[in-house]
Amino acid sequence: MMFILEKIGAIVLKALETWGGFVILFLQTLRQCKRAPRFSHVLEQMAHLGVDTLPIVALTLLFTGMVLTLQTVAEFLKFGAQSTVGGVVTIAVGRELGPVLVGVVAAGRVGAAITAELSTMKVTEQIDALKVMAVNPVGYLVVPRLIACMLMLPLLVVFGDIIGSFGGWIVANYYGISSFMYMQSINTFVIIHDFTGGLIKAVVFGAIIATIGCYYGMNAANGAEGVGKATTKSVVDAIIAIFFFNCFLSMLLYR
Amino acid sequence: MIINLVDVNKSFKKHKVLEHINLSVEKGETMAIIGASGSGKSTLLKLMIGLEYPTSGQIWIKNKDITTLKEDELDKVRLSMGMVFQYSALFDSMTVADNVAFGLREHSNLSENEIQRVVEEKLDTVGLKGFGKYLPNELSGGMKKRVSLARVIAFEPEIILYDEPTSGLDPIMAGKIDKLIKYTQEMMKVTSVVVTHDINSAYYMADRIAMVYEGQIIAVDNPDNIKNSTDERVREFIHGGKS
Ligand SMILES: Nc1ncnc2c1ncn2[C@@H]1O[C@H](COP(=O)(O)OP(=O)(O)OP(=O)(O)O)[C@@H](O)[C@H]1O
Ligand SMILES: [Mg+2]
Repeated sequence: MMFILEKIGAIVLKALETWGGFVILFLQTLRQCKRAPRFSHVLEQMAHLGVDTLPIVALTLLFTGMVLTLQTVAEFLKFGAQSTVGGVVTIAVGRELGPVLVGVVAAGRVGAAITAELSTMKVTEQIDALKVMAVNPVGYLVVPRLIACMLMLPLLVVFGDIIGSFGGWIVANYYGISSFMYMQSINTFVIIHDFTGGLIKAVVFGAIIATIGCYYGMNAANGAEGVGKATTKSVVDAIIAIFFFNCFLSMLLYR
Repeated sequence: MIINLVDVNKSFKKHKVLEHINLSVEKGETMAIIGASGSGKSTLLKLMIGLEYPTSGQIWIKNKDITTLKEDELDKVRLSMGMVFQYSALFDSMTVADNVAFGLREHSNLSENEIQRVVEEKLDTVGLKGFGKYLPNELSGGMKKRVSLARVIAFEPEIILYDEPTSGLDPIMAGKIDKLIKYTQEMMKVTSVVVTHDINSAYYMADRIAMVYEGQIIAVDNPDNIKNSTDERVREFIHGGKS
């Protein structure tokens, strides 16, 4: 019994330590933002992250938009509600599926890449080399990645929303809903807040992915094994955090 | 005294690595640190530049106890220091030239032309003229080591810490690096702390030699006295267990 309690206690402590670490790193990063981050570094990261992620975002949202429509359209046709399909699909994608799926994909692609890169720098003492040369590693490495992710994720979400809605249109068309009706439905039901809310989520998810990715990278244990472990943990924790914050933000934005 | 360690202890978790270290280095002096693998030499260097914090004790660098400094105050002290890492620690996403230019780009107002001139000059000094465009992973271990040396001397610090600058180099290149370290010390009045396994290079360049043995400094003296030391542990190390 004591043994189990001790185990649980240890797990809780470890979790608190890690999630506390995320928060501390995030605050340090904000503090480092005072010194104007170099634009070229941010741009470099954005290009790097965007190019990596765009194709997967496209595929993910295309197929999601398609199956979502597939599942709804048959039911809606029974009630003669075909004029709502475009709206329903677009709202679902804009509010929830777009940001969440882009977030998850980016956590797997971008978050993992950030952790792998920084943890390699950590174990080969490159981060120590930065410190020795009086360059703050948070300012130099984390700040540009945080800004890049916070800018890049909304862009990816805009793109993903369009593709998702387009996927829905393909299937709707197949079920005999005209393009005009699909567009009309979007015009009638969708308001701008359905998109902007999703974009706000994307900014938050970007911050989560960068912060957790950098945290695990900069705290990796020595050796090649450390790099692998850090990368896995970074992806898992980022995805958990994204789902948690998505739920929270949905309640806040769409009550 | 430009470096002064006062009763420094360092443990990792329960593992005591350094105990009661007292060591001071005079301005312009070259101090060699010798000792067996795992005796704590790298840790000692890292303490001197604030990469590790001591469990207890004070570390004075240029009249500041760096154990009490905040990160940005520590960075000010570090501007006058440089370190050559045991495994080079080059930035592997940057070319050799960008590595060497890094400190100047971050902290000096030199123009890009002037920086390029310094980079070429320093690469020439370490025998790597024309390698500026290479990436670190296109170089051998010994070449990386020389780039990391160039990266440090490009910034002309007052204090340079070398962690085994010649291990992994062929004898000729090792000899050249030894000369280079001696030269920077003589010409630029640099204070150097050199961790080395090579007792002969310690004799050659050092004003004094400190021997670390199981986490303690058991001898600090000039090369002649170390050579003629009667301490069994010192004798064993310098004669490679053959005495
Ligand atoms: N970050 C760390 N965490 C835990 N233990 C460490 C850490 N760094 C060093 N040690 C331990 O401290 C001891 C001294 O290590 P250090 O690297 O200073 O030795 P060294 O004298 O430089 O050896 P070598 O000549 O092989 O480079 C070793 O036992 C090592 O296991
Ligand atoms: Mg060492």
